[in-house]
Amino acid sequence: MIALDNLTVSYQRHPAVHHVSGHFAAATATAIFGPNGAGKSTLLKTIMGALKPDSGQVTFNGISRRDLAYLPQQSEIDRSLPVSVIDLVSSGHWRQSGLFGKVGRHHDEASWNALVSVGLEDFATRPVSALSSGQFQRVLFARILVQDARLIMLDEPFNAVDARTTQDLLQLVARWQKEGRTVIAVLHDMAQVHSHFPQTLLMAREVIAWGDTASVLTQERLRQASETAAHWLARAPLCQVDGEGA
Amino acid sequence: MSWIQDMLISPFADFAFMRRALVGCLALALGSAPVGLFLVMRRMSLMGDAMSHAVLPGAAVAYLLAGLSLPAMSLGGFVAGVLVAILAGLATRYTEVKEDASFAAFYLLSLSLGVLLVSKSGSNVDLMHLLFGSVLAVDDAALLLVAGVATFTLLVLAVIYRPLLLESLDPVFMRAIGARGGVWHLLFLLLVVLNLVAGFQALGTLMSVGLMMLPAIASRLWAASVGGMLLTSFAIAALSGVGGLLLSYHYELPSGPAIILLAGLVYLLSLLFAPQGGLLPRLVRARHFTN
Repeated sequence: MIALDNLTVSYQRHPAVHHVSGHFAAATATAIFGPNGAGKSTLLKTIMGALKPDSGQVTFNGISRRDLAYLPQQSEIDRSLPVSVIDLVSSGHWRQSGLFGKVGRHHDEASWNALVSVGLEDFATRPVSALSSGQFQRVLFARILVQDARLIMLDEPFNAVDARTTQDLLQLVARWQKEGRTVIAVLHDMAQVHSHFPQTLLMAREVIAWGDTASVLTQERLRQASETAAHWLARAPLCQVDGEGA
Repeated sequence: MSWIQDMLISPFADFAFMRRALVGCLALALGSAPVGLFLVMRRMSLMGDAMSHAVLPGAAVAYLLAGLSLPAMSLGGFVAGVLVAILAGLATRYTEVKEDASFAAFYLLSLSLGVLLVSKSGSNVDLMHLLFGSVLAVDDAALLLVAGVATFTLLVLAVIYRPLLLESLDPVFMRAIGARGGVWHLLFLLLVVLNLVAGFQALGTLMSVGLMMLPAIASRLWAASVGGMLLTSFAIAALSGVGGLLLSYHYELPSGPAIILLAGLVYLLSLLFAPQGGLLPRLVRARHFTN
């Protein structure tokens, strides 16, 4: 569905994602696992199209970029604006309603059902400023439900979210897989990965391992990942892989 | 009742220039208030001020070429303002400079160029007129300009309302779904410049920012929805326009500052008494609910 071909993405010539190749299996959930600074968020942003790769490319097969829902690590939503919960959820209808199209009754119903799915229907008409960060994360998941996207990318979705909410939202991840959607999520909790994500990409700027979760998350490979990420030189030598340095 | 008649009605009934000024103010309020509101919501409240300075060199060049001609100066100001908006927008997009910093840089460039041109051209009286305007002297051409800009602004805002609001609320979402937020942003900046230029003759470049920003900022303290804020900000702008004109008539005050000061007064009162986060409602301790 999504293939990465020798992908390198750098900040000021220091690669955060370094010669990464592979593909994300369709209709399943893949966890991206790795230490801080391993390039996980950078990879998602590159797939999303917000960052341009230095070299290599991301190819979408049988899916368009518009069929993608993305939840950033830190949402840049200005929650001081006087917007109600239901209105924010309804913005997920964008692909159908377009810039100027009507948001009809069936859209309203879908928004409402999404709020029920995340257990926040009582908050529908309240302003988004009235929500706690965990409740707000539920609202953002409700918007993803409304977006009805075939590819869903979540960047550390359960940070600062309590156990109950995490469990509820993980149920949604399970539901999306059953519905044949592709989920890619950056996670830090090993148990969550094992229980809800059949596939794992373990990375530390480079791919350490990519495949079945059980075979990827071994002690040896995790140690390898943390050692790779720990090394960083201000004046590293130029990379010579496939003649790049020439 | 004749007191009310004397104070509020006869100035407009008796004098054509007051009626013109009234129409001009109301039309300005209609266009500027919603534009100001979006500036506030996008945390660009100071952008209006920057842009009002940025239009100066364009107006000055037009003055040097065509003399004191409103159409020429408006066009010049518009071109200069749009140029600054585009250059600052490009710098933000393609370099590491943040939006507020790049607007500051380009408007200062533009302003210094403008002051240079104006001082080379001679008379300081013209500069004062440019900066502060005179709503009591608006002619038909100016009225048509103001009304045209207000109409255009409302139509464009009605069309781009949804993407513009979404882009203010959640830019990352707009990028993720592949909607080109930059287009709406630029179109919006165009409206900002247009409305500042429309306020040229009536209020001057500096004062027209006041009618744009003060009602918008005050409206946040009264209304809890975007629609409510739009109506409130227009009401405050219109009220300040009418009230300012009357003050200026009865007490022989310059009209522009009178209007803006009144809008400022409404803002100060809102700070104290308005229900959505004003000072006094916060001090009143009401019993809390069970959940």
